Amino acid sequence: MRSVWALAAMAALSVLTASTATLAGEPKQGGVLRMYHRDSPANASILEGATYSVNVPFMGVFNNLVIYDQHIAQNSPDTLRPELAESWSWSSDNKKLTFKLRQGVKWHDGKPFTSADVKCSFDLLMGKSQQKLRQNPRKAWYSEVDEITTSGDLEVSFNLKRPQPSLLAMLASGYTPVYPCHVSPADMRTHPIGTGPFKFVEFKANESIKLTRNPDYWKKGLPHLDGIEYTIIPNRSTAILAFVAGKFDMTFPTHITIPLLKDIKSQAPNATCVVEPTNVSTNIIVNSTSAPFDNIDIRRAVALALDRKAFIDILFEGQADIGGTMLPPPQGIWGMPKDKLATIPGYGPDVKANREEAKKLMQKAGYGPDKHLAVKVSTRNLAEYRDPAVILIDQLKSIYIDGELDVVETANWFPKVARKDYMLGLNLTGNSVDDPDQSFYENYSCGSERNYTNYCNREIEKLFDVQSQEIDLAKRKPLVWEIDKKLQEDVARPIIFHARAGTCWQPYVKGVTIMSNSSYNGFRYEDLWLDK
Amino acid sequence: MLAYLVRRLFLMLVTLFGISVVIFVLLRIVPGNIVDILFAAAGYVDPADKANLEKELGIDQPLIVQYWHWISGFLRGDFGYSYVSEKPALQEILPRIPITARLAGLALLFSASIGIPLGVISAVKQGTRLDYALRVVSLSGLSLPSFWLGLLILTASVAMFGQMPIFNPNPQTWLEAFATYAVPAAAVGFRSAALTMRITRSSMLEVLRQDYIRTARAKGASETSVNYQHALKNAILPVITVIGIEAAFLIGGLIVTETVFNIPGVARFLVEAIRWRDYPIVQNLVMLIAVVVVSANFIVDMLYAVFDPRIRYTD
Repeated sequence: MRSVWALAAMAALSVLTASTATLAGEPKQGGVLRMYHRDSPANASILEGATYSVNVPFMGVFNNLVIYDQHIAQNSPDTLRPELAESWSWSSDNKKLTFKLRQGVKWHDGKPFTSADVKCSFDLLMGKSQQKLRQNPRKAWYSEVDEITTSGDLEVSFNLKRPQPSLLAMLASGYTPVYPCHVSPADMRTHPIGTGPFKFVEFKANESIKLTRNPDYWKKGLPHLDGIEYTIIPNRSTAILAFVAGKFDMTFPTHITIPLLKDIKSQAPNATCVVEPTNVSTNIIVNSTSAPFDNIDIRRAVALALDRKAFIDILFEGQADIGGTMLPPPQGIWGMPKDKLATIPGYGPDVKANREEAKKLMQKAGYGPDKHLAVKVSTRNLAEYRDPAVILIDQLKSIYIDGELDVVETANWFPKVARKDYMLGLNLTGNSVDDPDQSFYENYSCGSERNYTNYCNREIEKLFDVQSQEIDLAKRKPLVWEIDKKLQEDVARPIIFHARAGTCWQPYVKGVTIMSNSSYNGFRYEDLWLDK
Repeated sequence: MLAYLVRRLFLMLVTLFGISVVIFVLLRIVPGNIVDILFAAAGYVDPADKANLEKELGIDQPLIVQYWHWISGFLRGDFGYSYVSEKPALQEILPRIPITARLAGLALLFSASIGIPLGVISAVKQGTRLDYALRVVSLSGLSLPSFWLGLLILTASVAMFGQMPIFNPNPQTWLEAFATYAVPAAAVGFRSAALTMRITRSSMLEVLRQDYIRTARAKGASETSVNYQHALKNAILPVITVIGIEAAFLIGGLIVTETVFNIPGVARFLVEAIRWRDYPIVQNLVMLIAVVVVSANFIVDMLYAVFDPRIRYTD
């Protein structure tokens, strides 16, 4: 009995301690967050951007209709929160998604936000408006949206051609802010106007980006910060040293490699650092339109030769993940479970046995110890591409393939891939939302601009549509797993690994959450604060 | 004299025209343009979007038309707009020039103020331990790449003082402003100082063996007077020549130093502009540099002619 009382006393004490800690942790108002930026983005327009170099600094300028909860690391359908929309509802046939909009929201130039702005933004994205985006990388996301209709100033509906529950996931992405009707796309590139917690001050290319607090933000009391200043430092060594020296409050998100993280921890032991998956996969693109990779046996042999664990041990000191197209669990929502993954050829733990099988396939194709296949392994001239490409070349030697590294400048990489001027390539594929619709249609559907390998399987495409229309998450998951398994078996784009990266911040920076299944959605920073 | 001036002026214009053609053609020979890069970064290409963007930027036009648009604009002082920032190119270039000029000036000052005295000391104390030590320093200065030295300075500053001499765009005092430039200037000027020191030393050694130096000593002149008034005065000419050449070479060292110390100068900006194939920035900036160099040469030629009449009649 005495022990019960003791336990109760301890519980009461811990509750008291926790509440005291909460009081001590009351957010403080003020201060400017200083962060370095890894490079100079092309412009300030998120809708035209295709890199998180744009999202990170400018997401705070805007709001979405809905957003992923900024303090839950894993983006999922359960963590969707209303933002410019107060609520949303689906029609009974799941073909109409209606949003009730928030009243009293103002753009940074004082003009009122209305449903017309939502319609303008998405008409722009669907290419239906008079004004055009200079680049529109995510037009395909809205291919199932027939039209946007408004009802008064505070209601807007997305009318779909067929049910597509994942539309909400795409609307919650950091890539999907609502733009004002009255500002041209050209002006949004140089001086973005939003409704968000921070107002744009200036963007000096190669120098800095400055945001200041929006005093009229519709969420009263937010943001806590007076502003955010990004100093553009492309040299990673300089940037990290500056963070260690206390010049910056936070590193650029997911910019720290695992080996560098150790340096930071030793030089700045008080810094808080987290390592999370970036939802960027490193994969092999094979030109199956010409010899020798038009032979499925050789493609399968390449997939069988991969020792994924070796890649991860060398490049990430063991801290990365093996998976299929979708990010593996537990961080990924849709990735195949380990037991299912292990049944795919090349994913089994016995690398030697896999390679023996690969050798047999190579011999069947006419290659062997006396006749090696010479290939050029093309990749972009960036460390995250080059390093795994070198390991890949080494691993291919074991199955009679002699690889030669062909390093391609960024400006020439995509045109080269698009015109199929490569044999074998090492590529990185980023997913801005952890949702199969975004990944499958973009990378594997017939005719998609990002389907670099021209993989085309009409049967699988039908399955894409089936999973896309499935409302029930529990039923959708097995469908997604089957598709993912089939894609790996077809050697559509063999996935080598899913990378992880680190982010660090000084101990006085509070309220930071690094998303664990996307690098594009967690930078609103409205309730981030400085405890100093 | 007038004929000489006209001839030189004509040569200057021909040279500038040649440079403009070389700049323009070289930029187009490099594979890829801004549109390719933007779409490569996005990982997709929509042919219609691409064509629209090329049309918007004017890079779909024949090369001769593009050249004419650029060069006629340059002559009118209209530098066009940066493809990347969409701001006037001149507005992007001008604020960066003083930053690089200050850095280059300070690096040259460092080079001369360190290299010349140490070169003299090394020559005067030839064969001593001090001479050997200074020669080792100068050799290491020539061997260490400036980017590596810069990183070493930054790492050492953080490890030893917990501070980092990174660029401060808004210095509050002149001392802060000086500190902002002094460390990177020392990093880039170290190599130049080493070269200056070696040239000074060898030139001094040659002069110190001359008869008139012995005569000066025989007349009872002090060592300081012999070394600095008689020897250095005559040994300095090749040193000045080398410093002049170094000034031109400095831009190469500044590119990496500006990157390592994160200085938003014109050298780093030029490299970034080349990376993006931002033609208006690259063409106009390189052309501006060419105009300055060619004009300086023209002025020197004129001065030669003024001071030495033989030149204006024979050339």
